[in-house]
Amino acid sequence: MSRTIFLVCLAAITLVGALPWFDSAYALRLGTLACMYAIMAVSWTVIGGFAGYPSFATAAFFGLGAYSGGLLVSNGWSLVAAAAVAGALAFAGALLLGIILLRLRGHYFAIASLAVAEVLREIANSATELTGGGMGLNIPLDVKTGGGSILGEASYFFWAMWVLLIICFVAVRLIERSRLGFGLVCIRQNEAAADMIGVNATLYKSLAFAFSGVFVAMAGTLYAAWVHYIEPTDVFDVLFAVKPIVMALLGGLGSAAGALVGAVAFLGVEELVWRNFLHFHSATLGLLVVVLLLFLPHGLISIVRRGQTTSAGAANPPGIPPGIPPGIPPGIPPGSPDGSPDGSPARKAGSHG
Amino acid sequence: MLLLQVLINGIVLGCLYACIAAGFSLVWGVLNVINLTHGSIIVLGSYLAWASYSAWGIAPWTILLVALPLFFLFGYLLQRGVLNRVISARVLVTLTLTFGIDLILNNAMLYFFKADYRRLALDPPLGSLIWGPVVVPWDRIVAMGFALLMTLALYVILRQSRIGRAIVAVRLDREASRLMGVDVPAIYAIAFGFGAAMAGAAGVLMAMVYPISPIASGAYLGKAFVVCVLGGLGSVPGAVVGGLFLGVVESLGALALGPEHSVTLSFGLLILFLVVRPQGLLGRRGFE
Repeated sequence: MSRTIFLVCLAAITLVGALPWFDSAYALRLGTLACMYAIMAVSWTVIGGFAGYPSFATAAFFGLGAYSGGLLVSNGWSLVAAAAVAGALAFAGALLLGIILLRLRGHYFAIASLAVAEVLREIANSATELTGGGMGLNIPLDVKTGGGSILGEASYFFWAMWVLLIICFVAVRLIERSRLGFGLVCIRQNEAAADMIGVNATLYKSLAFAFSGVFVAMAGTLYAAWVHYIEPTDVFDVLFAVKPIVMALLGGLGSAAGALVGAVAFLGVEELVWRNFLHFHSATLGLLVVVLLLFLPHGLISIVRRGQTTSAGAANPPGIPPGIPPGIPPGIPPGSPDGSPDGSPARKAGSHG
Repeated sequence: MLLLQVLINGIVLGCLYACIAAGFSLVWGVLNVINLTHGSIIVLGSYLAWASYSAWGIAPWTILLVALPLFFLFGYLLQRGVLNRVISARVLVTLTLTFGIDLILNNAMLYFFKADYRRLALDPPLGSLIWGPVVVPWDRIVAMGFALLMTLALYVILRQSRIGRAIVAVRLDREASRLMGVDVPAIYAIAFGFGAAMAGAAGVLMAMVYPISPIASGAYLGKAFVVCVLGGLGSVPGAVVGGLFLGVVESLGALALGPEHSVTLSFGLLILFLVVRPQGLLGRRGFE
């Protein structure tokens, strides 16, 4: 993501902050959702885009944040403190989990990360005394949040989500520019080589996993306080794991700006579909995914890029996936982040057989 | 004696799990695609069995003869028409693509069959096998028998037939088998067709035992994942071993911890195996 694109995106997000002055609860709801989706997609970029690990753990982080933060809020904590604790919890949990799970690659990592959400959901389901189990958890209305009026409360949560998005976007930008971000791109291209030249791959990947979780968990807390009622099947929904990926693919894999654009575009399409084809909304979503992957595999950003390269007269050499900063040669073809045709589960298993 | 009953329940369940996972494992092993539509195809098979029994009174085991070619064709066309286009793309793309197709299938089922639970109740009921203190319903035994039969058939096809050998060859080394004159995209489509046929047939059998609902697809898919990882990827014996293991562990776990923890148990097992023993119980990559 170049400096210009970053600043343009940041300016666009800042402009959205004016939404509450339109006095429309519907626009505020959409705006809050847009910020939430954007947080998820931008966060996912850190692990899925930079490091190239197909993480399906977003739902786990979101649910974890919703439940831990929601419980704290209903015990009288302030929203900010609850979100901070939920974020810290997700960060620590992801760091530890990452050390174990990130030894896996490709499909195996994807499934393991998916399973984390399933396990957490079942735990939330069965720990009835703490979470209310399948009956869900009520988070009481707090009069401090927006003075009690509907629009006031909607604006409050919109701004909360909006501020979180700005923090998340800037943080991901900082990660991208840092040693960590560079190391992650190295890992995506060739993990063994990155290890050789001194990138601490395990630490970097775990950090990426943790950073992809922290803001999502905080968004989960805000969501729980916003909707006042959460249940395990709702916040640990597998769609929360898949949607960020679709958004990132829609925008163009591997860049935070792409994820941002993708999130907004996705929400727009989703809203249109909800309105017009209520009975077929998930089928339409599925169709969108299929069409997108078949015909626009590098996302909306590739249209812009294609325009740029033809006008500049210098075509991109084929095989460079989008999102890699110019000047870094592609190590392995984009086809296989796991490098092996049959997706050997882990390094130690790959050496076997 | 309760323990014996639980063990036998676990084994019956495990055979059905093996049948669910065998096709999934084949597709994963050969195509390197995690087929997220697997669960929905199973439920589609269940609906086929339910609809033909309630409309025409055709027994589920007869409908297997229709289900197998029908779902094979479905899988073949799906692979040929859609998945083959992105087959060499990264993991994320194929995974997300099958998720999209699954959304379409699931939505279609919800629309046509609604979310109500349906039950295929054989009339007259087959009764139960009573053997000392152990009671096993006959419909479960029949379902288990057919599940084993089909899993065995898949094994024999992969081992003996020309197409089966070609599938295994592609799994071993795609480039080399292409050089030997194997039509790799066609083999991909056939392997996917086999996977779908196994799923559809498993669905027909599941209809005899479990209530039918579109919501069940996620649970079936989860079982297929776990069994694959437990037994070892891409081999039919692995699916059988993994299936039996999961079935027995789940039944014993339900006895010891209570049935509400069975999902946590199986996914906990999944994560444990992924980390400690990713090559599966059999400990070798399966090439039949």
